[in-house]
Amino acid sequence: MNEFFETSLFAGVFLSLAAYELGAFLKSKFKLGIFNPLFVSITVTIIVLLAGRIDYNVYYASAKYISWLLTPATVCLAIPLYEKWALLKNNIKAVGLGLCAGTATSLTTVFVLSLLFGLSHEEYVTLLPKSITTAIGMGISEELGGYVAITVAVIVVTGVLGNMFAELICKVFRITDPVSRGLAIGCSSHAIGTAKAMELGKTEGAMSSLAIAVSGILTVILANVYAYFL
Amino acid sequence: MKYIRQVVIIIIFSFIGEVLRYLLPFPIPASIYGMVLLFVALITGAIKLDWVNEVGKYLIEIMPVMFIPAGVGLMASWGVLKPVLLPVCIITVVTLVVVMVVTGRLSQRLIRTSREKRELYE
Repeated sequence: MNEFFETSLFAGVFLSLAAYELGAFLKSKFKLGIFNPLFVSITVTIIVLLAGRIDYNVYYASAKYISWLLTPATVCLAIPLYEKWALLKNNIKAVGLGLCAGTATSLTTVFVLSLLFGLSHEEYVTLLPKSITTAIGMGISEELGGYVAITVAVIVVTGVLGNMFAELICKVFRITDPVSRGLAIGCSSHAIGTAKAMELGKTEGAMSSLAIAVSGILTVILANVYAYFL
Repeated sequence: MKYIRQVVIIIIFSFIGEVLRYLLPFPIPASIYGMVLLFVALITGAIKLDWVNEVGKYLIEIMPVMFIPAGVGLMASWGVLKPVLLPVCIITVVTLVVVMVVTGRLSQRLIRTSREKRELYE
């Protein structure tokens, strides 16, 4: 199976997308949070690769073309943000303070829990950028001397969990304002969460996009300070 | 022709983002530079919404599938993750919830107080 996969340009893409559609089908059929299409597709793809003894790198040689679109897609997040510019201007104080507080909370929570679990400095800085988008988080982890592979894994898990449970968490904690919901999702679970925010509504999506950029840049600055704490 | 132009503009902004990523010393990815620049270009009117709208919306809609390869990458980093699995899982989940609640509740309170104030003056 490995040999065919290695020569195929579409096997990895097909597998990923078919698994995603399966997830979307299960979601519409059973209406359960666990059937989050992204979560289902990742799980099914991993199972198929393991069962077929296909190496991740072989899969990635095909699937990388999906990831290639990520940069242009992220650039396009400027569009909903532009469409909600007036709303953003009207709530600039709430947005600014909310995102600053959210970023500081993320770093502080990681610090306190790392202290509690007795993690080493390297493990601590690995987890510091967990709430922000992968590309920025990887850079921070590398610069501070963390384990980049773990940082990437944790960021992805955070995003997928955010994508799966954002609606539930907002409901339980009565976060009902669309602006606040967007900020909360983007600040806690970056671009993968934002994909869910886009589904919830235009305002949610726009604010979540804004949160990725702002919390990402704030984390670049603050993580350097927090790195001295442990 | 409309779609070609939209693709071209979006790729140009992605490319400018890459150039900035290369030239500037910060760990900020090309996509964030590109996003900020496109936002500024839209606000100032340098780029009209019509020039990027359809392709942009399409890319945003299919965005979730772009994260599948990164997620599947977990199988490759399983070896390094396994020894620290428990603390990492707890930290991941707790931080996610706490950050979401703090950001959401705080901004919601601020939005509501400023709205009430505005209504008071009107």
